[in-house]
Amino acid sequence: MQTKLRGRVILIAVVIVACILGITGFPKNVQELKENVHNRIHFGLDLKGGTHMVLRVQVEDAVNIIADQANERLKDELKAKNIAYADVKRSDLTDSQPPVHRIELRGVPQEKSADLKALVTEQFPDWELANYPGDPTGWLLTMKTTSGVNLRNQAQLQAMETIRRRVDAYGVAEPTIAEYGQGDFELVVELPGVDDPTRVKDLIQSTALLELKLVQDGPYPSREAGLAAHGGVLPPDTQLLPGPPAQNGAEQWSLVNRVAAVTGSDLQGAEPSHGMDGRPTVNFNLTRDGAARFSRVTGANVGKLLAIVLDGRVVEAPVIKNQISDRGEIEGAFTPEQVQDLALKLRSGALPATIKTESEETVGPSLGMDSIRHGVIASIVGLAAVMGFMLIYYRGSGINADLALVLNLVILIAALAYFAANLTLPGIAGVILTVGMGVDSNVLIFERIREELRLGKAVGAAVSGGFEHAFVTIIDTHVTTVVSAMILFTFGTGPIKGFAVTLTIGLLANLFTSVFVSRTIFEYVLSRREKGAELSI
Amino acid sequence: MEFFHEPKIGWMAKKWPFIGMSLLLAAAGLISMAVHHGLTYGIDFRGGTLVHVKFAKSPDLDALRRQLDQQNLRGATLQRIGLASDHEVIISLDLQATTSSAALDTGKKAILAALGGVYGTGPVGKVDFNNASPATVADRLLASDPLGLSSKGLEAAQKAYRDLADALVNFRNSPPRSGLIADVPELSLVKGVTPAVISALANDCYCSSYAVKNTEVVGPKVGEDLRRQALYVTLAGLGAMLIYIWFRFELIYGVAAVVATFHDVIITLGFFSLLNKEITLTVIAALLTLVGYSMNDTIVVFDRIRENFRLNKRENFVDLVNRSINQTLSRTILTSGLTFLAVLSLFLFGGEVIHGFAFALVVGVIIGTYSSIFIASPIVVFFHQRPPKMGVGEKVKVYEREAAGARR
Repeated sequence: MQTKLRGRVILIAVVIVACILGITGFPKNVQELKENVHNRIHFGLDLKGGTHMVLRVQVEDAVNIIADQANERLKDELKAKNIAYADVKRSDLTDSQPPVHRIELRGVPQEKSADLKALVTEQFPDWELANYPGDPTGWLLTMKTTSGVNLRNQAQLQAMETIRRRVDAYGVAEPTIAEYGQGDFELVVELPGVDDPTRVKDLIQSTALLELKLVQDGPYPSREAGLAAHGGVLPPDTQLLPGPPAQNGAEQWSLVNRVAAVTGSDLQGAEPSHGMDGRPTVNFNLTRDGAARFSRVTGANVGKLLAIVLDGRVVEAPVIKNQISDRGEIEGAFTPEQVQDLALKLRSGALPATIKTESEETVGPSLGMDSIRHGVIASIVGLAAVMGFMLIYYRGSGINADLALVLNLVILIAALAYFAANLTLPGIAGVILTVGMGVDSNVLIFERIREELRLGKAVGAAVSGGFEHAFVTIIDTHVTTVVSAMILFTFGTGPIKGFAVTLTIGLLANLFTSVFVSRTIFEYVLSRREKGAELSI
Repeated sequence: MEFFHEPKIGWMAKKWPFIGMSLLLAAAGLISMAVHHGLTYGIDFRGGTLVHVKFAKSPDLDALRRQLDQQNLRGATLQRIGLASDHEVIISLDLQATTSSAALDTGKKAILAALGGVYGTGPVGKVDFNNASPATVADRLLASDPLGLSSKGLEAAQKAYRDLADALVNFRNSPPRSGLIADVPELSLVKGVTPAVISALANDCYCSSYAVKNTEVVGPKVGEDLRRQALYVTLAGLGAMLIYIWFRFELIYGVAAVVATFHDVIITLGFFSLLNKEITLTVIAALLTLVGYSMNDTIVVFDRIRENFRLNKRENFVDLVNRSINQTLSRTILTSGLTFLAVLSLFLFGGEVIHGFAFALVVGVIIGTYSSIFIASPIVVFFHQRPPKMGVGEKVKVYEREAAGARR
């Protein structure tokens, strides 16, 4: 054998071995082999079942909170700096996209203008100060565009992180949580194997803001009753919140302090547990800072009610029996699932903004199993028909084509396993086009070799002539398709991308198998036969 | 074995009946799209709600319809799919003008409520095993602890029950059950299930006579984005191909290939409109496959034309094109025959989910093959036969570049 040919055979063998090991790993027994293959071939959601959601983070929520805080802080700072004012209020331009956040400040004595300017520059770096049009004592603070953009991006990132923590804690294997589209603050969340979207959606979407607030009064049967009990005007720094539900499940309202004693951010941990009577509860413990505040508040208010507020609803309001420092228990009418999920949400922290669903799709695993089974049957029948035909039509050379085809698929699967890419239905479309073009490459080459033989060329010359002529065509067809696949990959999302990925990998593999491998096999066979023998084609 | 031995067919002389047929098909499809059925988009493109349910026995569609009416879902459509013995129904609901994005899944909830109305919602506090996720089953098992694992610590118990729940749900999902079991004791076939587990499950679960196999809720924005994206990306892909072929051949070849491919897509879409089949995301994937396939087929013929043209510049161009098509005919028939075989197998055995996909390819492979011969090649021939003096301005430039390309 020529050394050049030997080098090529070795290269091909190395590629084959690497690809097969890439799919199977190094199994010690059949069981492990099955597991490895199972773990390395990733099916997409449409095939294995699961939930796919497109969510939108309402980032304006987060910006509004910051603006609210700035509004309150401005009042405090003005007082601290002895700057008199008549009014401070939010006056956003909500019509524009995105909304412009503004704080309106009226009645500031003109001699305090310099103090005000200094204050804003020092304490409110995210805001721009300008004169209120037509009012010499009025001012407008406008949130800087860059600050707004930062806040929105931050809110999206934070939401992604929180959702990821919750999903991870829920125990979903290989979730996808990623930005979707551009600049719309949309997220795509894919949860393989999850077919209970209502529960997961609640898990992902609930803000999970925990607040412990002292109860001032109540409960009342309705909001109106609560207002009426105080002559229509609530005491300063209090608010009416719905809950806790009465024994018979009826709606109730409670009057609680506006400021929380501790919030979810003071939590160190939260675990599902059982109460004294065996009912499901959530146990939590607090950070040192939070515990100090909590023990101060509970110590000063023994005998009063403490409202446990979750996302603006009082879930329960137990009596403070004695000073509590660092642990507590949340008890309510919870099912075991709700307790698991609540503990998880509290551990993963609150969402910075509300989340809206744009779309959700759940493929039940049984449908996925059906699809895979049908897909496998159809692929085997199709492949067997194609390969059988190649053997009949091209005889000995058909073996060559079939080998190239199988190797093409092995490389494709190995590459998908290596990149941890998901095999989805559109991905299978890419595989089918790959197989089609793989067969086409072989047909092109073989027909060309036959033509050369018909022209009376010797076998060796016909083979190399056939490959050389067909190569030009194969390059053109492959590059054209790869170019368009690149476009699909760059600009497409989700399913279209999946198609582009498998197609690109498949076509590159095909260039290798149908041109390089196939030719090597031909030359190897030719090198071992007698001169002048006929070619089986 | 050989199907064609050096055929000598005058393809270009026969082009008009085929071009006429193409025009007819394209016109029929376009008219159908414009005035008849239009294009029926799937839920993923038009937005709305879809619930795919499998029933244990033949479903009472009338009772279901009455329940849907009660839930104010008069617009819902019920469609039986698959084999009659599968007892599978797709309930779909268009996007309501009033549906806000906050309440996107109201339609889905109402459909599920209607199903509960027909088949009962089961005892209060019990979980429907046929529609439960592994996580829910695991939580119930953890709470009742039939294997007495609580002494081994929470984490070990959680893992053990999660594995057990996975096995139970997997058993339920695998054929022949395909998502439905009749009662809890049926689960005793699963490895690791003890009588204590069965009694704990029987305590916590019931088995309804239907299972939801697939639900889709798509808001208006996502559907529209997807539709726009599919269109733009396909056009961009065609544009990129045109530029590459322009670079490798000549501009007219690129134009001809893109026109032929576009022709294939239009006719295939026309078939979808005429037969009132739904355009879903997987159909788009099929159309992308078709674009690749058709382009491949056209380039093979063009490549041969280019090669023959370089070898023999004085040959009559029509004869040269005919000869090129004849030389590649064997390959064309073989490749498209084999591809057709493969997609036919998908169409016949691929199952419900890829039915539309396979249909698009079955139609597309046939159209894509003949368009290389009867659409793409005649365009190139037509361009070449124009007298060189007739063009002015741009056209002259193109022609000069082409002539320069030919001399290369």
